Order: sequence, then C-alpha cells, then structure tokens
Amino acid sequence: MVSNLTKSRIIEYLNAGKRFDSRGVFDFRDLKIETGISNHAEGSARVKLGKTEILAGIKIGTAEPYTDSEDAGVLTTTAELSPLSSSKFEYGPPGIESIELARIVDRGIRESGMIDFKKLCIKEGEKVYSIYLDIYPINHDGNLIDAAAIASVAALLTSKMPKVDDEGNVQFGEWTNKGIPLTKNIPTTLTFYKIGKHILLDPVIEEEESSDARVSIAISHDKKPMIHAMQKGGYESFTKDEMFKIIDEAAKKSKEIFNQINKQVKVENE
Amino acid sequence: MSYTKRPDGRKFDETRKIKIQLGVVPNADGSALFAFGDTIAIAAVYGPKPLHPQHLQDPSKGIVRCNYDMLSFSVSERKRPGPSRRSSEISKVTEWALSNVINLEEFPNTVVDVHIQVIQANASTRVAGINAASLALAQAGVPMKELVAAVSIGKIDDKICVDLIKEEEDYEDGEGATDIPMAFLPKSGEIVLIQLDGKTSPEKLREAIEAGEKACREIAKKQEEALKEAKG
Repeated sequence: MVSNLTKSRIIEYLNAGKRFDSRGVFDFRDLKIETGISNHAEGSARVKLGKTEILAGIKIGTAEPYTDSEDAGVLTTTAELSPLSSSKFEYGPPGIESIELARIVDRGIRESGMIDFKKLCIKEGEKVYSIYLDIYPINHDGNLIDAAAIASVAALLTSKMPKVDDEGNVQFGEWTNKGIPLTKNIPTTLTFYKIGKHILLDPVIEEEESSDARVSIAISHDKKPMIHAMQKGGYESFTKDEMFKIIDEAAKKSKEIFNQINKQVKVENE
Repeated sequence: MSYTKRPDGRKFDETRKIKIQLGVVPNADGSALFAFGDTIAIAAVYGPKPLHPQHLQDPSKGIVRCNYDMLSFSVSERKRPGPSRRSSEISKVTEWALSNVINLEEFPNTVVDVHIQVIQANASTRVAGINAASLALAQAGVPMKELVAAVSIGKIDDKICVDLIKEEEDYEDGEGATDIPMAFLPKSGEIVLIQLDGKTSPEKLREAIEAGEKACREIAKKQEEALKEAKG
C-alpha cells in the first residue's frame, strides 16, 4: 500500500498542476503494442504502458450456445492477477479485483458490438464458436484496466479462426486465414481516477493506490463517439459536473488512443 | 417506429409503484423490503459487530461488507444457487455506494454486514437492493451522512426511461436498449454508483444522468417518509 506521506505528496503535486513523472493529467505513458506473441493462441498481444505490462490471448473452441441466443457465438473473459506481477496479488481463486477487471473489459467488447457473434454460429441451437479471452498482467504499475482493454482489442483484431472438421470440432494448431468476424465498432476503454479533487488518466501504481474512486468508460469511434460500457469503482463519489467533464474528455481522448491502436496493430486477415 | 409507449403504460419519467416495508427480518439489527413493481429486494443489516478474522480489522474505523444475491427461482430460467461473477461485482459496487455515506469512525475494528436478497426479479434488481439496504442501514441506526437512492435509467431506442423492466432491457429495435443503473446522494447530488451497458452518445448519457438524479430525489423522499412512519 502507498503511504499517507506519498499520497499527500501526490496531491500537493497535483495542486500545483504536476505529476511525479511530469505528465499532464490526461497524458498516457508510452504505449507499445505487440501482437502475435504466442504461437499457440488464435490471437495474442502484449501491451506496455510505461512499466505496466500485460498479455492477452485468444483461444477458440466450440460450445453449445446459450438458450436465449441459440444462433450466436459466446465470449468468455477471465483475468488472472498473478503474484508474479505484483506483491499486492496473492495466489488463490479469483478475487473481486480480477473478476471486475475481466468484466469491465468484457463489457466494452461485448456491448460495442465489435465481435459479430451471429457469424460465429456453426449450427443453430447446437454448436457455436466459443471465444476465450484471457488476460495476464506481467508487471502491475497501475492502470491495468485500460492496458488490458487495449491488449484484448489488439489480440481480437489479429486473431485467426481455427480450422474445424466436418463434425465442427476445432483442429487445434491449424488455422484458416480468416479473422474473427468483427465490425468497425472497436472499443477503447479509459479509466479516470479521482485523487482528492483531481481527476487523471493512466495512473502509475502510487497514484492508483492514492485514488479514492475511478470510473471506466468504453467508447467506440466508427462515425461518432458512442459510449458502450461504464463502471464506477471505489468508495468516493463523483459530482455530476465531474462526471460530465469525464464523459467529454473520454470522447476526445479515446479517439487518440484508438488511433494509436490502429497505427500499431497490423491486421493481415482477410 | 420509435419507442413511443412503454409496455406497462408508464410515463417515461415514472418509476413503477414503489413499496417499502421496514423490519422484514426481525433477527437483523435493521431490515427492509424495497420493490419497484414486481422487482422485490430485501436487505438485512447486522452490526456493527467485531470483525473476524481479525486481520481484516481496521483500527481507525468499522468497515462495511455487502453481499447481493438472487433466489434461484427469482428469474424465469433457474439461477444456479450461490455466488457468481455477476453477483460478486454487484456486491462490490453496492458496497462502494453504501460505504460512501456510512461513518464508522466510532466503531473501530467492527464490521457492518449488509445482506441483499432479490426475491423476485423484473430488471433493476441491484438498484432495488441498494434502496432496501439504505433503508435497512437507517433502521439499524448505523451513522449515515444521508440516504442513498438508486434507480436504473434506460435509453430505449432514443428515449430516456426511468426504472426499466425486463421487456425494455431486451428491446432490440432502433438504437436498442442501454441500461444505466445509478445511485445518488440526493442531498448533495453526488454519484456513488454508475454502470452502463449498451450504446449511447455522450449527450444522451448526460440526459440520463439528469433523469437519474431527479428520480433518485423522489425515491429518497419515499424512503424518508417510510422511515418517519415506522418511527411513529
């Protein structure tokens, strides 16, 4: 945990309009996206955001569809916050932190309509493709949510559909040259952190641990900015004005991050 | 065709009929039932009481723990009993929303347990649960800054609707359905919970937040009335 001293220093700096690493409040650290980092995964990505590093991988299998959407593929997202990546994390069954991280990323992808689930149906009511998105932090230096969302989108964009046999079983290790059926609604998730009266993006771990509340917003930019998912976290509240400012900033800033993803992720699928 | 009429005939800014009952769990230190029409949630509060295991204790104040769940037969397709990823997340966002108003500095090393059970569900269950919990906490006499009021706001096609039902949540025509549960502190106007699922422009989201604040103020009035009445 961050000490009270560090926290009051962070606030002191913010009061003077500064951060420890001299970034502006809405500036991201250096973002590096690498795709195709695993040769067994259908798609994979490594994202580095300053010293935060996270891996996301896609595996695709087949499954029975849900009874309320028999003609649609399924997406399952998990995150494992391994103690390898931070002394904050402990071994054991997934805690609320990893559940929430996975659900925020999942919701952005699902609600944006980025994946065309209807095209993932093999036989209605019987067999559909099942996409597993798994997220593993390698080094936690703050802002895992946004880094995980970027890695997940990059992995999905560059995934290849596996071959299936006549019975619709996946031939593991053999791929088609087709990608996952996607739309143009690519979500970018931004998480705004509140420290004292200040609001900032992309915190380092000391800033994140000093924050009292956060709100994550997933936005796509096909034609106009569209908000697809939101979640507030933490014990402190937001005023309505703060929330309105965050929504406006999110619409602007997410475009910038989306452009960075577009620039760094090369899609070679048909 | 745009969305011009709600399936149950309500006005767009109208909640379902609100029902409040206090003391529904006599064993608890405080308890309440809160219903938006046929969505019914009960909440029971136990504490402040010593927190075990001891290493979770905070010597500077008491803490709040929330636990939200649904009865297996509260929905049409049976829900598997026991906690799920969904219920863990809802429990946590509820805990964040309620903790904001609770002041337990006078009760170091203690816990206040808030248990929420959805008896019958027709959407808006987490917000019904928060309203019930807020009432149960007040009835238990837990020191609170003010009440918490919660409501689900929806954007159905292009219309902002207050207090969604399942049929609206599942609406697929036009722009479809966006579900935005929120909780406000009605006096200060602060937001202590917001989640969103769906698709909305920033402008419509602002409109939804305004509608949420207004609805929460009305709900808080009903909560206050019920508490006053119970005191006699």
